[in-house]
Amino acid sequence: MIALERRPQPSRAWSYLSPLLAVIVTMIVGGIVFAALGKPPVEAIRTIFWDPLFGDFASYFRPQLLVKAAPLILIAIGLSFGFRAGIWNIGAEGQYIMGALFGAGFALAFYPSEARWLIFPLMIVVGTLGGLLWAMIPGLLRVHFRTNEILVSLMLVYVADFMLDAMALGLLRNPEGMGFPGSRNLQQYPAAHNAELIANTGMHWGVIAAFFAVVAAYILLSRHVFGFNVRLAGQSPRAAAFAGVSADRMVLICMGLSGGLAGMAGMFEVAGPSGQVLASFNVGYGFTAIIVAFLGRLHPVGILLAGFLMALTYIGGELAQMNLQLPRSAIQLFQGMLLFFLLAVDVMTNFRIRLGRKKVA
Amino acid sequence: MKRRTLLKTGATAAFAAALGAPLRAQNAPMKVGFVYVGPINDGGWTQHHHHSAKEMVEHFGDAVELVYQESVPEGPDAERVMTQMCLQGCQIIFTTSFGFMDPTINVAAKFPDVKFEHATGYKTADNVSVYSARFYEGRAIQGHLAGNMTESNRVGYIASVPIPEVVRGINSAFIHARKVNPDVEFKIIWIFEWLNPAKEADAAKALIEQGCDVVLQHTDSTAPHAAAKEAGGVYTFGQAADMAEFAPMPRISSIIDNWAPYYIDRVQAAMDGTWESVNTWQGIGEGMVGIGEISSAVPDDIKAEAEAMRDAIAAGDYHPFTGPLSKQDGTQFLAEGEVADDGLLAGMNFYVEGIEGDIPS
Repeated sequence: MIALERRPQPSRAWSYLSPLLAVIVTMIVGGIVFAALGKPPVEAIRTIFWDPLFGDFASYFRPQLLVKAAPLILIAIGLSFGFRAGIWNIGAEGQYIMGALFGAGFALAFYPSEARWLIFPLMIVVGTLGGLLWAMIPGLLRVHFRTNEILVSLMLVYVADFMLDAMALGLLRNPEGMGFPGSRNLQQYPAAHNAELIANTGMHWGVIAAFFAVVAAYILLSRHVFGFNVRLAGQSPRAAAFAGVSADRMVLICMGLSGGLAGMAGMFEVAGPSGQVLASFNVGYGFTAIIVAFLGRLHPVGILLAGFLMALTYIGGELAQMNLQLPRSAIQLFQGMLLFFLLAVDVMTNFRIRLGRKKVA
Repeated sequence: MKRRTLLKTGATAAFAAALGAPLRAQNAPMKVGFVYVGPINDGGWTQHHHHSAKEMVEHFGDAVELVYQESVPEGPDAERVMTQMCLQGCQIIFTTSFGFMDPTINVAAKFPDVKFEHATGYKTADNVSVYSARFYEGRAIQGHLAGNMTESNRVGYIASVPIPEVVRGINSAFIHARKVNPDVEFKIIWIFEWLNPAKEADAAKALIEQGCDVVLQHTDSTAPHAAAKEAGGVYTFGQAADMAEFAPMPRISSIIDNWAPYYIDRVQAAMDGTWESVNTWQGIGEGMVGIGEISSAVPDDIKAEAEAMRDAIAAGDYHPFTGPLSKQDGTQFLAEGEVADDGLLAGMNFYVEGIEGDIPS
């Protein structure tokens, strides 16, 4: 008989091993799914994981990985603090949208300014503030009225989505756009354009911000008392309370941090790769970042790697769609399986398998 | 990515070369790319583009190779998909949604040797053509039928996204419904999406509950037909596809998009080296807009009138926007006998006199 037995201490080895194992299991099960769809499984897996990095056109795809991974990493870093402390901000997608709207709205209000030294830095500040304020709604509601931040933050995603529609059709609509929805393209507005810093590297300010966030988060978590408090609040709220950590303050700080970084990611995206405020602007980075945060074990370096892995499945998935005619939903299934198997394999971190009958004491 | 800097520094050619510019073997099939906004089985817009693309492939046989990607989000992801197609050697790429406009222009600037065809947009370049169909011609016939068939004098209209194309369709249908029935009223519901079966069904039900016995749609699914069938005694029209499975009731006619002749024409031109950037806008006469069989639910005399109108439009004897016509506020925009020019039609962002409500903005 097989029994699960709780480990006295979570296994360190398993906590590092389980993401790798989850990736491998996902590849195997994904391969079976692809085979069932009548596609060559090995070629499909190779197209997703190998071709963007080392295939024929890798010199184009490698920079694209940065572009795709940067918002995921930026958002996931913010989320990881709250998740460690047991504060569940599920609405990063909404905060991402609000950051983009605030940033783009600010820039367009001064159109056509030429003061890049003023406009662009302020866009970053305003965009961050937009996400932060949007996250403060569930934060303050929880602190003052004990509402559930999971529900409120999630519901606010849909509100933000409607705001985006309204802005693309109304206030921010391009007056020279022939009556079509969508704002002016910030790529054609030099003072606001979040351009590539070095041509063909994919390196824009958002990528730099993401790397900076990783380093800052690492220092904060391992060297600063705030990181200690966050971990304490998550592992033992009572102990944290005795240590003088205010639970309410922790909620506001964690919500603010995650909302702010999500807003910043939205601003960099709308000013750079996307360019326009459009109803179709958001593509689910805020939700995918939750997978990234957990896949990365809520650890900054882990998140960095997980962000690149997710970016790889996006770009490789597109390649597989085009070259092998894999349906888009199969790729999405594949990405979802990654989190599913991670959670499944995670059992091994906290439990161990015991063969044989359990002895009755 | 910073396309503009690329251009400024004149690195475009070097960039393409570094990535491996599309190779043109003499006897290899010409690769033709299609970028779709929806799934290829949506039953409407994307399905018909894909259907026409396959007809084009059938026409050329082994001389062409079809490369496509479905459900591409309108934004930076679209840009990457198009770049992938260019890198893999596509020589002509059709981007079949309005939201692909700026990405198409961006990618086209990077790959001057690849031809681009963008549907329903207005930005052209040396290697970017735009094409669209005069759907408003078909709307005139729908309006004629709707005005005759309604007994409650209330016609419902499920509108998608408030862009000139959709507004033009509403106006065209309304003008011709009023012509045969001065008491007719239009109830318009905007759903802000091109395809969303759940929302479309809700909108259809709401319109039917408000007493509409004819429901027109500018959205792509068959959900409104199913709702009308359930309610009974309600007339509908197929959109983009014939939707003949709902004939003779509730579907009494349809507008069918037929892109195949255009696709064949353009691919042929690319093969012959005679391809030039053009702005194509074709209607019933050229065959790009088809009017589906008017079903037996329509009395013979009304059917004959509608068919006569269809033939007159096809022959160029009648223009659906012929004066005198006034805007909603009563100001005349076309004098007696005056015909709307394409500029006016392309930027139409007002309702004609008699329609109640506002265009969302």
